[in-house]
Amino acid sequence: MIPTPFEYVAPTTLDEALAALAEHGDEAKVIAGGQSLLPVLRMRLNAPEVVVDLGGIPALRGIRDDGDAIVIGAMTTHHDVHHDPLVHEHAALLAKAEEHLADAQVRHRGTFGGALAHADPAGDLGAPVLALGAEFVVAGPSGSRTVAGSDFFVGLFETAIAEGELLVEVRVPKHTGWGAHYEKFVRVAHQWPIVAVAVAVRTEGGTIAEARVGLTNMGSTPLRAHSVEEALAGRPVTEDAVREAAALAAEGTNPPSDLNGQADYRRHLAGVLTRRAVLAAAGA
Amino acid sequence: MTRIEVTVDGSKVTDDVEPRMLLVQYLRETLGKTGTVVGCDTSNCGACTVHLDGRSVKSCNVLAVQASGHEVTTIEGLAATGGHADGQLHPVQEAFRECHGLQCGFCTPGMIMQAVDLLNENPSPTEEDVRLGMEGNLCRCTGYHNIVKSVLHAAGGAR
Repeated sequence: MIPTPFEYVAPTTLDEALAALAEHGDEAKVIAGGQSLLPVLRMRLNAPEVVVDLGGIPALRGIRDDGDAIVIGAMTTHHDVHHDPLVHEHAALLAKAEEHLADAQVRHRGTFGGALAHADPAGDLGAPVLALGAEFVVAGPSGSRTVAGSDFFVGLFETAIAEGELLVEVRVPKHTGWGAHYEKFVRVAHQWPIVAVAVAVRTEGGTIAEARVGLTNMGSTPLRAHSVEEALAGRPVTEDAVREAAALAAEGTNPPSDLNGQADYRRHLAGVLTRRAVLAAAGA
Repeated sequence: MTRIEVTVDGSKVTDDVEPRMLLVQYLRETLGKTGTVVGCDTSNCGACTVHLDGRSVKSCNVLAVQASGHEVTTIEGLAATGGHADGQLHPVQEAFRECHGLQCGFCTPGMIMQAVDLLNENPSPTEEDVRLGMEGNLCRCTGYHNIVKSVLHAAGGAR
């Protein structure tokens, strides 16, 4: 299977890329690593007239330290995020989620920004990025703007990135010294999770001082489990205490029913996986 | 048509290709390098794995135009990458032969290319490392045990 014919544009700067998008409007599709887009084009579920490839723009790659945050360029590959020392030190949760995202070949090619802009609710990066309170820097014809994590994911495969705009980088507030774990439930290796839970915790002695919890595939967008976070604060790191807080994980969610499981099964999984993720993140 | 310049198995090639052409098609149909095979055609099975700038990728999920300016190594050029003499196998190929890491052999080119990448990154993997590192490659014969043995054997040989 091959895609329908399209014109190929390969800008080398962000301005050239934005100009190409302005010129071609909704006839254009942006390709980052292409690991989600190419299967869609080959199955002919989408047939853009123009494909704008961001692969030749070096400025969109790389990870830098920016004071109280680390900044991840949109075109940084999953593999590079997974192995980056700044990520390990200040946002370990991202490394945990990247570790088991798809498979090695896809991680070499697929990008951090591409996966987030694709906004698959079963994608592995939305929940950890939300949990860490990240912000999204989006560039358009009239300059760039910053979108809060809570405003970025709008719906199924839909983000706050408007037509003619590009995701440039993601600012992730430092969570230095926090424990982290991404608990993913799959039936088949290298598949999308049926449900997954992303957790970062800051512990003091045997007590959870603060917790951040994100949920994958529990609705049309990744979600943050605020009620679990609140319930965990001040609790001891014990199985019983964590189990009680984790039981709130499915509150306010609207998970899908599909071949992999019914909504009520996903609600059950959310509680179980949250308990496991919190205990693992807290080192219990 | 778009002009591309790619280094494939050590040789620089220049071609005009349709932008929609997949890298695997370019390798097989334009260059005749049929050692790289198309398995599932949905980027699941990993049979079409090649190296792009030294890292494993699924060549059915990369456009030929995206490889322009880059270096591709296929199973056909693998032996030469280690500076092995003509007609000699790469140590990972040798290990697959030694441990009979194949049944029908269809997934083998992709398995070997992924195994080489895995060992480049982690020269002394545990059995679990190998099983996880090879999760993007499927063997329909389910001959995984000998494939894992082959990779571990190659790692042992490299030490």
